[in-house]
Amino acid sequence: MAFWKFWRRRPPLVPQSPSMDRGFLVFENTSEVIRAENILKNQGWQVSVMGPPPELRQGCDLVIEFPLLAELEIVRILREAGLPPLQAVPVSGPLLTPVGLFQIKDFGDYLMVRAANMKVTVAKDTGTIVNISGGGCPDVPYLAHALVGKSLAQAPRPRDLGHTLCGYALQLAVEEMERQCSP
Amino acid sequence: MLAVVGTVPQADYPLVAGRVRAAGDQVLLEGHGVPVNRGTPALLAAALKVSEVLGRPPVWGYLVGDIGRGDGSRRLYGYLTRHLAGADFHTIVFHYLQPDVDWHQRVLFAVAEMARRPILIADAGFMYAAKMSGQASEYDLFTPDVGELAFLADETAPHPFYTRGFMLHEENQVPDLVARAYAHDNAARALLVKGRRDYLAGPGGVVATIEQPSHEAMEAIGGTGDTLTGIVAALIAAGFEITAAAVLAARINRVAGHLAQPSPATQVSEIIRRIPRAMEMVLEENHART
Repeated sequence: MAFWKFWRRRPPLVPQSPSMDRGFLVFENTSEVIRAENILKNQGWQVSVMGPPPELRQGCDLVIEFPLLAELEIVRILREAGLPPLQAVPVSGPLLTPVGLFQIKDFGDYLMVRAANMKVTVAKDTGTIVNISGGGCPDVPYLAHALVGKSLAQAPRPRDLGHTLCGYALQLAVEEMERQCSP
Repeated sequence: MLAVVGTVPQADYPLVAGRVRAAGDQVLLEGHGVPVNRGTPALLAAALKVSEVLGRPPVWGYLVGDIGRGDGSRRLYGYLTRHLAGADFHTIVFHYLQPDVDWHQRVLFAVAEMARRPILIADAGFMYAAKMSGQASEYDLFTPDVGELAFLADETAPHPFYTRGFMLHEENQVPDLVARAYAHDNAARALLVKGRRDYLAGPGGVVATIEQPSHEAMEAIGGTGDTLTGIVAALIAAGFEITAAAVLAARINRVAGHLAQPSPATQVSEIIRRIPRAMEMVLEENHART
């Protein structure tokens, strides 16, 4: 009880890194930045234009700050608008790169690929996706529902249906699975 | 009572709060059913099985539809900030929610206003938000898998997708990853690491491992981590101490999997059905040992 009283009296909680869930979109030139900002704001996204950190200075002196977890959906919107960004990187670590290592597990009749926190498992004889596991963002159960039971060739792409970085990780796992299953 | 906060993968599922009950392979909340495949519905179904066996009160659910856009999660976050302060729960599990540092902080403020501090468990997206916000140590239990543990251990990673490559997501690295997660204050008071071997760890390192019965196929089955989180949460809400609950839950989940004779194509609902029998076996075994 004493601890609880202490806990309740704590000073306001302050995030150690308030921008940990934000990312930067990097473009070729300022004109593209402004057009991209308009597109995203018109669709209700909370984005803002700012100067880039030193690691990202590539000529264009503006970047768009965006909600990092929605990277997959935001990049898709911009690609469909003909404005694909040069890079999408975390504010907390502009030099961080997406996971590049894959773990492969061979169950005999089934093959599993893991990318970061996402796993996809396929029946070797039919190429059917039999399970998707891992992940923590809400599009994971949605993607699993859409993909499980379908063949790798016929299943929708996580890149097209997903919205979050978990969806992006699943896309990478599926691509690696396709590479593993190709002759 | 146990409360579970999470999402279901249906865009039109409304925001609902109330007692959850099972109906076949669905969970029902205020008349709104959702299939038990994986995610929060699987967690709820497993928790309900445990509560029934132990004769405990039903589980309380806070659910909303969200397919990854985050709109449902944000509505639920807002609801929690308005209603949690007046609620009374022994244990709260936060699960599949769109990670959002700002909303996470506001929910934690609301929890701090509750008359009785609940035991706080975080898994999936809400665990990501807890780590990103620098408030991991406010939680009593995280239930990561090995990939998520590597994310907790990497102090720079904002999401598992950006975990640096040198953080090997391998089972034999678990003790080192646990130590690193605690060194950077990115872990809850206890960690139940789900994998081929389950680890229970605290600030002093690994305190228990559970590896039997072992079926490699369990790793491939979507939802087995959710069921483990549901089982441990229900045991804690029933009064089991966290360490004992975690060890029992890992055993129960594994025995339920064993009873289902799993292959990598098994669906989690087949395992959930076996939880009551698995509980009986594990509790009997535990009773005989003591």
